[in-house]
Amino acid sequence: MGGIKMAAAEKGTWTVKKGLAEMLKGGVIMDVTTPEQAKIAEEAGACAVMALERVPADIRAAGGVARMADPTVILRIMDAVSIPVMAKARIGHFVEAQILEALGVDYIDESEVLTPADEEFHINKHEFKVPFVCGARNLGEALRRIGEGAAMIRTKGEPGTGNVVEAVRHMRRVMSEIRRLQNLPDEELMTFAKDIQAPYELVKQVKELGRLPVVNFAAGGIATPADAALMMQLGSDGIFVGSGIFKSSDPARRARAIVAATTHFREPEVLAEVSRDLGEAMPGLEIANIRQEERMQERGW
Amino acid sequence: MKIGVLAMQGAFREHIKSLAALGIQGEEIRHKNQLEGISGLIIPGGESTTIGKLMVEFNLLEPVRELAAAGMPVFGTCAGMVLLARDIIGSDQPRLGLMNARVQRNAFGRQVDSFEVDLEIPVLGPEPFHAVFIRAPFLEAVEPPAEVLATFDGKIVMARQGNLLATAFHPELTNDLRVHRYFLEMIKQG
Repeated sequence: MGGIKMAAAEKGTWTVKKGLAEMLKGGVIMDVTTPEQAKIAEEAGACAVMALERVPADIRAAGGVARMADPTVILRIMDAVSIPVMAKARIGHFVEAQILEALGVDYIDESEVLTPADEEFHINKHEFKVPFVCGARNLGEALRRIGEGAAMIRTKGEPGTGNVVEAVRHMRRVMSEIRRLQNLPDEELMTFAKDIQAPYELVKQVKELGRLPVVNFAAGGIATPADAALMMQLGSDGIFVGSGIFKSSDPARRARAIVAATTHFREPEVLAEVSRDLGEAMPGLEIANIRQEERMQERGW
Repeated sequence: MKIGVLAMQGAFREHIKSLAALGIQGEEIRHKNQLEGISGLIIPGGESTTIGKLMVEFNLLEPVRELAAAGMPVFGTCAGMVLLARDIIGSDQPRLGLMNARVQRNAFGRQVDSFEVDLEIPVLGPEPFHAVFIRAPFLEAVEPPAEVLATFDGKIVMARQGNLLATAFHPELTNDLRVHRYFLEMIKQG
């Protein structure tokens, strides 16, 4: 066509980082540890996969230091599927993030599931072309992560437990803080920002939008189609399932059911149908039986 | 007038917002009975494999094909473009397969290669259209009656075939409503 001189294409912009998360909405992102699992997830309708060496339940059981996965594991999974592939870096470990970006992963999860590499500071995510997702338990934490450049937020929940109670707590807290903020007069916003330790500009933006300025998924303890629909009804934009699929007795079937439940989350008839005969869910953990210092959600600052 | 927005997965909310900005009611479509009474259908961006599988599971592929064959306008963005194309290179995933086109998925690369750029789109007027491409496809080839409406770097990124419209980019992520308005014109003329 030619004619008018066109501006050059711009990569790694805020719009394209945030935009990929918009495209994942209403979908299920599944933890996988092998190319075979990744194919099962894609075949079941996952909108993306998270490439890991071990799912959170196994990380919890193994103990010790959990790090970024071996690049070979990630690359084999990237080769196996056509959907986006995410991978986890330790909190504050910007070199693991640089490596993941060099591998060409589609999203980096700066994740409390891995052992933090920095107990004071998170990664400066603005410096990267690849977008980041981060966990949050409340509005202040979510806005601090967005302030650092996260283009997507998820609840922390309590990973590897198959117990949805913490994800519910975190989603409810964020939603209720947003509702409270919307009712505040403008002169109270600075003190609100100070109290929740969040950047003022983002607090103002949340008040105007009535929601977070980026997509907000649920994660940490989701194990059934009903759990997924519960989180969607509480206001999640989509679902991460970690251990919940490949620690269950029939992963393919459970994965398909959770995908269908995330689309039809407001329809009990559909939920009843897809919840039938799924076999055993992953074994669950009671949060009260996990010592405070072993709770992954406490990681992050 | 009501326009349906397929709501299996993806950025359907943004399309409904763009329609609302034009004073049009967008209706989320998750079941075939919800197709009744709509004047057109938008298939949003998202994961084309996910959307296609859910369309099969909830019996939407055939009803949408029939409505499109009867002349109902259908507009697909990104994953929607993939689902509209007859041939998807290297994939046997479920699709509507209505447009005489061969599509390449993730054709510009992975997420780090996603980009935004000003595009020349003659049917929308002389002002360039700021287009957002996210792990975007392009059409490798189209055959008549499909026609090319825009290209970027020699790749086909917007095409029309009668009542079908497809873009590789995401007009729902910007405030420029000209693509949606063009689709409304297709509905009115149809």
